[in-house]
Amino acid sequence: MSAVPAHPPVLTPPSLLRASAIVVRRNLIHIKRMPELLLDVTIQPVMFVLLFAYVFGSSISVPGTNYREFLVPGIMAQTIVFSSFVVALGLTSDLDKGIVDRFKSLPIPRSTILVGRSISSLIHSSIGVSVMAVTGLLIGWRVRDGVWHAVGAFVLLLVFGFAMIWVGIWVGSIMRSVESVNGFMFTVMFPLTFVANTFAPTASMPSWLRTIAEWNPISSLTQSLRELWGNGPQAGSTAAWPLQHAEVTTVVWALLVTAVFAPLALAAFRRRSRD
Amino acid sequence: MDSNVAVEAVDLVKRFGDNAAVDGVSFAVPAGTVLGMLGPNGAGKTTTVRMLTTLSRPTSGTGMVAGYDIIRQPEMVRRSMGLTGQAATVDELLTARENLRMVGGLSGMPRATIRPAADDLLERFLLTDAADRIVKTYSGGMRRRLDLAVSLIAAPPVLFLDEPTTGLDPRSRNDLWDVLRGLVREGTTLLLTTQYLEEADQLADDIVVIDKGHVIAHGTPTDLKSQAGRASVVLTVTHSCDLRRAEELMRRCVEEVHLEVGARRLTAQASGLADMSRIGEVFAASGIAVDDLGLQRPSLDDVFLHLTGHRAEDEPDSTSDVQLEGALG
Repeated sequence: MSAVPAHPPVLTPPSLLRASAIVVRRNLIHIKRMPELLLDVTIQPVMFVLLFAYVFGSSISVPGTNYREFLVPGIMAQTIVFSSFVVALGLTSDLDKGIVDRFKSLPIPRSTILVGRSISSLIHSSIGVSVMAVTGLLIGWRVRDGVWHAVGAFVLLLVFGFAMIWVGIWVGSIMRSVESVNGFMFTVMFPLTFVANTFAPTASMPSWLRTIAEWNPISSLTQSLRELWGNGPQAGSTAAWPLQHAEVTTVVWALLVTAVFAPLALAAFRRRSRD
Repeated sequence: MDSNVAVEAVDLVKRFGDNAAVDGVSFAVPAGTVLGMLGPNGAGKTTTVRMLTTLSRPTSGTGMVAGYDIIRQPEMVRRSMGLTGQAATVDELLTARENLRMVGGLSGMPRATIRPAADDLLERFLLTDAADRIVKTYSGGMRRRLDLAVSLIAAPPVLFLDEPTTGLDPRSRNDLWDVLRGLVREGTTLLLTTQYLEEADQLADDIVVIDKGHVIAHGTPTDLKSQAGRASVVLTVTHSCDLRRAEELMRRCVEEVHLEVGARRLTAQASGLADMSRIGEVFAASGIAVDDLGLQRPSLDDVFLHLTGHRAEDEPDSTSDVQLEGALG
């Protein structure tokens, strides 16, 4: 069964780079048209900072630094963890509206949809991180440990964000609607970012909770940020091992999360978009 | 295989668990013609289109699009066809122009050719004035037209349309039909699925009737109509109280009588004008007031009913008719 095609295609399909750039552009136009999409990484964390800094701030004491400086790295970590949320919402909505089908009917590399979605989500979260940095500077947060350490901290944030994207692709592929993504992320991600050293020092937690909190990958990330920006003391000798070696652990956690969730995410996405 | 065949399905099967959504569908569409795939909701039309357009992998069987194998050369298939899905898959937050530019770019068109191609399509589909408006503000008809325009930006030789006019008002439907006829004149091969018998009748050179995952009939609209058998006589009485007596009279003249109480209408199988004039005489003598008496050639609706035992569109009215018919008969 072989036939001579009457109309051999004349166009050369786009490279992964060009196709992804087009998809990213489209996702960024979405943000431009619906700026409220950015609320989750702008107004919301700013509100958090202000609430925590001014409502709880006076009742939480952090040895060696003031609470506001302690808080900003925590919020930054939370913002980047929520990039999984951003990816999941975008992906579910594209799957739901048939846009993924449209893309799949086009001669583009199969990975374009995910690569494009991931890059735009990282841009999305970076906007959030920038807003947080400005807010932080306004309320007294400072970078106190040199430019290179500061840059290192932002790189760690992005590395961690990259790992979280796989979680987001996985969630976005297994959830059937934007509402269920919201529900799942709020019940799972919110506690995860709170049972950590993000908003309060772990030293004063009950010992079982403290262990959980200190092994939480988000704590390693937060601790690294605080050390690299000079916003807090090194973890005390009673802290769990991950906090004593925060930078290394953060990278290991990011690799581990990627190793576990990347295959899960790809399989779920393939299953979801195959039939 | 004939190289003049633009689309071919070869024993396509798709199972979801135990359920076979498509169960051995085969057909061929000659290049430059229109195939109408006709069937009710859930018949397997969309699944067939999804397999042919490489969106869904067949459980077994295969197909060819523009000379390329859908399983072994999906990439070439994607480069040779356009798809307008059932839900209008245009990006709501982009403008029409941005949608066209995006899909043009993803099809591999050079930037310089996208702009004139987009302008041309916008004009052809009467969207020039709305070209820079966000699609969210569009009416259903405009959205469908844009969806079609987007599928055509890279000028594919084969176009798949999954229920292109579902949910459109009659005028938008007619407009879209005109556009489709224009495409066929230019040599595009069309495969369109529809629940509307009229649409298949209007547009298709060939029709495949599909029900429960099987092809149950295949032919030109004329072939299929003649399969549905004889013409029928339709008689409408003036007063519904006369219906039962009218039915008795009718049964004396012909065998099969179908009753529609709400419409005060009797439909009877007739072999031709002879039957009709006999019926006319009988009723003239009976004194029953008759609004209308006419001979009706079978439509594709009748074809569908004949082939499947049920109507193409699920009309609650027709079920209640059947119940009443039982009660009265």
